[in-house]
Amino acid sequence: MAIDSAAAGRTLLDGHFGPYGGRFVPEALTAALDELDDAFQTAITDPAFALELQALERDYTGRPSPLTPAARFSEACGGARVYLKREDLNHTGSHKINNVLGQALLTKRMGKTRVIAETGAGQHGVAAATAAALMGLECTVYMGEEDTRRQALNVARMKLLGAEVIPVTIGSRTLKDAINEAMRDWVSSVERTHYLLGTVTGPSPFPTMVRYFHSVIGREAREQVLDATGRLPDAVAACVGGGSNAIGLFSGFMDDPGVQLRGYEAGGHGIETGRHASRFSTGAPGVLHGARTYVMQDEWGQTLPSHSISAGMDYPGVGPEHAWLHDTGRAVYEPVNDDEAMEAFAVLCRTEGIIPAIESAHALAGAMRLGRELGPDGLIVVNLSGRGDKDVETAARWFGIELGTAEGR
Amino acid sequence: MSRTLSEVFDDTRSHDRAALIGYLPAGFPDARRAVELITDMVAAGVDIVEVGLPYSDPLMDGPDIQAAVDQALTSGATPDVVLDTVAQVVAAGATALVMSYWNPIERYGTDRFADRMASAGGAGVITPDLTPEEAGAWISATDRAGLDRVFLVAPSSTDQRIETVAAVTSGFLYAASTMGVTGTRTQVSSAAPGLVRRARALTDLPIAVGLGVSTGDQASEVAAYADGVIVGSAFVRRILRAPDHESARAGVRELAAELAEGVRRHP
Repeated sequence: MAIDSAAAGRTLLDGHFGPYGGRFVPEALTAALDELDDAFQTAITDPAFALELQALERDYTGRPSPLTPAARFSEACGGARVYLKREDLNHTGSHKINNVLGQALLTKRMGKTRVIAETGAGQHGVAAATAAALMGLECTVYMGEEDTRRQALNVARMKLLGAEVIPVTIGSRTLKDAINEAMRDWVSSVERTHYLLGTVTGPSPFPTMVRYFHSVIGREAREQVLDATGRLPDAVAACVGGGSNAIGLFSGFMDDPGVQLRGYEAGGHGIETGRHASRFSTGAPGVLHGARTYVMQDEWGQTLPSHSISAGMDYPGVGPEHAWLHDTGRAVYEPVNDDEAMEAFAVLCRTEGIIPAIESAHALAGAMRLGRELGPDGLIVVNLSGRGDKDVETAARWFGIELGTAEGR
Repeated sequence: MSRTLSEVFDDTRSHDRAALIGYLPAGFPDARRAVELITDMVAAGVDIVEVGLPYSDPLMDGPDIQAAVDQALTSGATPDVVLDTVAQVVAAGATALVMSYWNPIERYGTDRFADRMASAGGAGVITPDLTPEEAGAWISATDRAGLDRVFLVAPSSTDQRIETVAAVTSGFLYAASTMGVTGTRTQVSSAAPGLVRRARALTDLPIAVGLGVSTGDQASEVAAYADGVIVGSAFVRRILRAPDHESARAGVRELAAELAEGVRRHP
């Protein structure tokens, strides 16, 4: 059902994906979401906006990102041919830059002068601070106190880029609480502030808008894999935290029924331990952070804590479009445990000379499983959503490499 | 049986004063003491109570209510505890609403929650993050159960939006006085009178103003233009800062009395 926007006379985006999505927000935010919806719809029909965004993607981000054949890694995938979509080679080191540039341009079009963002590991926070610096916007990033300690380097990066980083000391002190705090800031500052949300969650129009800015991943990948192999892949694979890199890749293949869409969630210590972030294994439909989607929650609707070795996957909700793709069966979601992801991480390092983000390592582990199913005739595109520099300490600890000495194992 | 919202507002209007609406979360600091504190609030002059349903992600609430809700969740405040709290304060004569974020109600079962709330003698429910567009099932459930449903408008709401919200609201319209989260403020927002004036022209519902009221003087100021004055964080603060339960009870009674005097005073 479409809703008439009072402000513009324009019809708002529907914002639903089957029963999921929508808007569950304090009334104070309705006007701002309507304004954003209108600015977004106006921008995407404006050729000048497309040109401006494309120029930034080319000259600043470094797009198109390559599609790399991973011959040696393929051997670890049952011989199935694997191609890597190299979002790790983007400026700032992950796919996150695609979305922040688009939203920062919209911020300027709306005449706002400040952006706020939430961040878990710091990738989106760094991307947001980057876009803000580029476009002369003030930037405040909310980050769970625990994460500011674990990701001190990213905190320093954001500060170097001119952003203010506010440690969140309430609730579970993780990404979920950083989003709560960002929302509270936004309610109080909405007149001059845009909430630069980092993934395909949140109230409409965020899931639709963030998908749009990441759809460049899937568009490029489809063209590149056809060029390289002459055919469409059997499957495309991506990790799913909030799910923005996955939606970006999936969107390019949504209308190709022969292409399986595979999403990999964080299995953490294992589903049976309860210490995971696998919303589709144990979650139930509910409302979190403004949208109806699958949520890890107890019998009373209280949000449960999630767990993953990878901060970017450590979130109890998921983008509402993924909930719908899951229910309709168009996409298939499976958990990948911490140890399986770390094994794939190590394999990629040693077979391809690429250190992936641990988030992306979940998709690589998924490809290793899938490749064994498909066999040597199989063709898989994996979204390498980010580089692993930020995870070197975690990985070193995991593999028993001592930092600060040349004599590690 | 306790009075309905419209009976309370008819009464306060006939006495040419605003209604005083007080909020406290159920289960804070525990189920039994919360019932005592809420009952104290009513005895000292609060006309309508809002019983908060504690939720893990209260994104419209400031630090005081967050802290209270954390304690309540730790004390085991489930929706059943909330409904039991309502039943007990209603039995003591209060007109009681529940204030709840949407997910716990949906998880409990939309119809089931409405039915249990009606059985508990509750007058209605305030849902701060439920928009009219998403409220279809809730509207049917509350209509069937005979509960009032209170939605919010904010200073940023357009006139058309206020009409949309008012069309699905009953009991009273909740006007958020300021663009922000709950919490005490030294001044009540200057946006509140304008919002109430705009809403008046668009609806016959009583209009209650919340967010930021903490003193008798502020209550009196708001009572000059609104039909109801909503106070939450200031009560919560008294309890958070009290050294023991007896001082908390005394603090709540004292504040309720001060506010009750405020809504009766004509500035």
